[in-house]
Amino acid sequence: MGTTASQLGKDLLSEYQELTFLTKQEILLAHKRFSELLAKEERSLPSPRVPMEKILSLPELKSNPFKKRICHVFSTSDPKDGSLTFEDFLDLLSAFSDSATLEIKSHYAFRIFDFDDDGTLDGRDLEKLVNCLTGETEDTRLTSEEMRQLIGNILEESDIDKDGTVNLSEFQHVISRSPDFVSSFKIVL
Amino acid sequence: MEIDSVFYTDRSGVPSNLLLDQLPSYQSLLYRRKPAASGSTKRRSISRSRAGSSNSVKSGQTTLARQYEEKQRSPTLQRAIRELPKTMAEKRRDKAERLEQDRDLSGWSQWRQSTRRSLRRMKEDSLELLRNLELWRGDIHVIEGMFGTGILSYFSFLRFLVLLNFVMFLLMFCFVILPIVVAPHASGNATFHPADESVCSRYPSTTRRGLVLFQQHITDLLSGEGFLEQTYLFYGYYKVQAIHFSLITYNLPLAYLLVTIAYLFLSLIWIVKRSTTGFKRNLVQDEDRFQSFCNKIFAGWDFCIVNENAARLKRSSLQYELKTDLEEERIKQKIAHRTRREKCRIYAIRLLLNVFVIAVLAACFYAIYMATNFSQKVQTTKVNFALDLIYEYLPSIVITVANFITPLMFSLIIQYEDYSPAFEIRFTLMRCVFMRLTSICVLLVSLWGQITSCNDGCVCGYDHVLYPCWESRVGQEMYKLMIFDFLIIGAVTVFVEFPRKLIVNYCNCGLAKWWGQQEFAIPNNVLEIVYGQTICWIGTFYCPLLPAICTIKYFIIFYIKKVSLVNNCRPATRPFRASSSNFFFLAVLLIGLTLACIPVAVSIAQIHCSQACGPFVNYNTTWEVLPRTVDTLPAGARSFLLAISSEACAVSFFVITCLAMFYVIALAGAHKRVINQLREQLAMEGRDKRFLIQKLCQAQSSCAVRSRISAPQPRSRSSGSGTPSYRSNSGVFLVQPPPDSATQV
Repeated sequence: MGTTASQLGKDLLSEYQELTFLTKQEILLAHKRFSELLAKEERSLPSPRVPMEKILSLPELKSNPFKKRICHVFSTSDPKDGSLTFEDFLDLLSAFSDSATLEIKSHYAFRIFDFDDDGTLDGRDLEKLVNCLTGETEDTRLTSEEMRQLIGNILEESDIDKDGTVNLSEFQHVISRSPDFVSSFKIVL
Repeated sequence: MEIDSVFYTDRSGVPSNLLLDQLPSYQSLLYRRKPAASGSTKRRSISRSRAGSSNSVKSGQTTLARQYEEKQRSPTLQRAIRELPKTMAEKRRDKAERLEQDRDLSGWSQWRQSTRRSLRRMKEDSLELLRNLELWRGDIHVIEGMFGTGILSYFSFLRFLVLLNFVMFLLMFCFVILPIVVAPHASGNATFHPADESVCSRYPSTTRRGLVLFQQHITDLLSGEGFLEQTYLFYGYYKVQAIHFSLITYNLPLAYLLVTIAYLFLSLIWIVKRSTTGFKRNLVQDEDRFQSFCNKIFAGWDFCIVNENAARLKRSSLQYELKTDLEEERIKQKIAHRTRREKCRIYAIRLLLNVFVIAVLAACFYAIYMATNFSQKVQTTKVNFALDLIYEYLPSIVITVANFITPLMFSLIIQYEDYSPAFEIRFTLMRCVFMRLTSICVLLVSLWGQITSCNDGCVCGYDHVLYPCWESRVGQEMYKLMIFDFLIIGAVTVFVEFPRKLIVNYCNCGLAKWWGQQEFAIPNNVLEIVYGQTICWIGTFYCPLLPAICTIKYFIIFYIKKVSLVNNCRPATRPFRASSSNFFFLAVLLIGLTLACIPVAVSIAQIHCSQACGPFVNYNTTWEVLPRTVDTLPAGARSFLLAISSEACAVSFFVITCLAMFYVIALAGAHKRVINQLREQLAMEGRDKRFLIQKLCQAQSSCAVRSRISAPQPRSRSSGSGTPSYRSNSGVFLVQPPPDSATQV
């Protein structure tokens, strides 16, 4: 960050405003919340990295079934451990903000739902996705029969080239016609 | 569709052939690139691993780091940097590159770029400022975190209504009330209608004389009579004909009429504008099941939920919703397989039940009619305080009781009609909407019946003995409806919901278990407030300050509902989707507006206005103001206005509108057909691709077999053409095909 611990410089602030969808107030609030996650001695480091466990303690992410995936997707660290710098954090908030475009949101949603990171949503990804949504315990999962029916329906609706997986274009196509997506894919601090 | 055994064994398997991975279309689809006409892109380096299915080949870890550099110089088509899905570091690099590019441009383009940037920044700053002024932002954020977006849409709908009513009040105030109030101070001179001696223009004063008991003040406050009747609250007080200021003469009757039309029109435009997105989606998409599963899975989780409890409940409601939807699909298949005999039986039952529903509705309307007549007849005799109040509020009480009983009855009946669950909900809702909104119209119709029926053949066009100022009377009825509605909402919350919570939480009896915790039932709550808004729209013509009362009422209701929601309720088991909610709310509101326009239009155009009070004393009907004003305009304007309102113009306008509508509908149909064709084509291309790759693989494997027999297997890292090749175990990879391979098709 290159500035004092408790403030962002003005040019940095306007640069962040230009490069993300966040307003000035949101960036400052994000900075404040991020600094609270850091230990005192880390705050003066140039670009400190917060480990994933601390990020997951944020109330906005704590009850989210996709919290680990979100951290992995937005993390720029080399060992892919899900830790976030402040700029990663801003990227996260920008993608989830009110004014982000549908394309950005659907792009990141695709990557979050792609549990095995292979670039397509296949049956296993979809199954994991549904289990995340309904709950992980035995009595909250769907039966295997229902799961099969559900995945069959999803693929029928979204898999245009009928190859059994949903790739990014198909996903974005489905999302563009999904009326609830924009309002549900939102995190505001 | 035949199953290609080469690729996968079942639909959920992964076609993990390496050739597919190498195709340009797959590679480019992995991460979005910009549209072709814009600037450079950078590809992120990712590490992929493909898990194999039983048929697959084991592929090692490959790092894909393709860099597409399409540097094109078309700065006008570049997207804003923040719309690119990249990390912050990459975005910074992009921005530096773009600045570099811009430096090479001419001065004119540079200036254009910088102005565009600064304009954008100004717009964002002003939007941010406006958003800070938004009402109840903090409260709505809390509700969103606890309950998700479905219930949130109810509260933002409430906020919309508060704003709408406030704007209506401002309109009425600025154009009707303000001139009258300001007239003495701005050296204006208000001329009143001359008091003629005819019997129709006698308006006995209604202020109570002599010793007035305190209870009578309360009665007056609650029913709009007595001291309230001859105030700015009701139509009858605006007996001004014109206000002469120093420069102009302000024609108050004309202003009154035009403001009425204006607020109805403004409401229509605002609602339609707000609903255009939801409307478009619901029209374009096919009904029922299309994309409903994708919508529920991909957009199912509200990322804004913060509360752990709410998250757990959301999960269970999602599970419930998915299970019911899957079951509904199974039911639909069962329905499709009904025998003819079963169909006849079902249709007969449905017919019978619909007749029953109509009979119930007719009975309710008749009850409202009788109650209104009785209440009007009893107006003149005063017995005692409590009984008087009950008689005053009798129509409201009957309407409320009917609105309470009929939904229960409808939801009971619909179970026997054997529809699919989603249709059941919608149909019950439609019936309830119809019941609620039509009951107001029935009230008005019976009121008008009373007003225009006189014993001795109406000499004034209305019953001038009982109703010297009938508009004020109608205004009072609307006022009473509104007050009663507000009291009922408050009373139900305090006397039903809070005790219910206490009973359920602290008592372990059977009643608690059967009753259960309160659910926030969105449809019923929405119907309540739409009902209130319909009253407001009808009543504003007769009671100009009604929008102000309505604003305050909805303001207080917001806090009542919020407190009740947070303390008493749990989220509904069957979730109400945010998108369909918005469309539903605004559709119901539009129905309410349409139903409100009808009585107002009839009373403006048809019914003789009272001659003892109000601004239209010298006119036969309210509408007459317009023709008379047009007559006083200069000749040019007059002939222009007459030409516009003539039949020729109206008919040709209608014909043109119809043509435009047909054209747009035909266009939409053509687009739908094209979309279907393209989909089929896409699926066919996919099959072609797989077929060709299959053949290619067979050809190469046979070639590899042949070459293995003849020579050691080549394991070259790269072939001369520059296409990257990948190490694999069985040699099925795309290199330049050996010249002697015969690709058998």
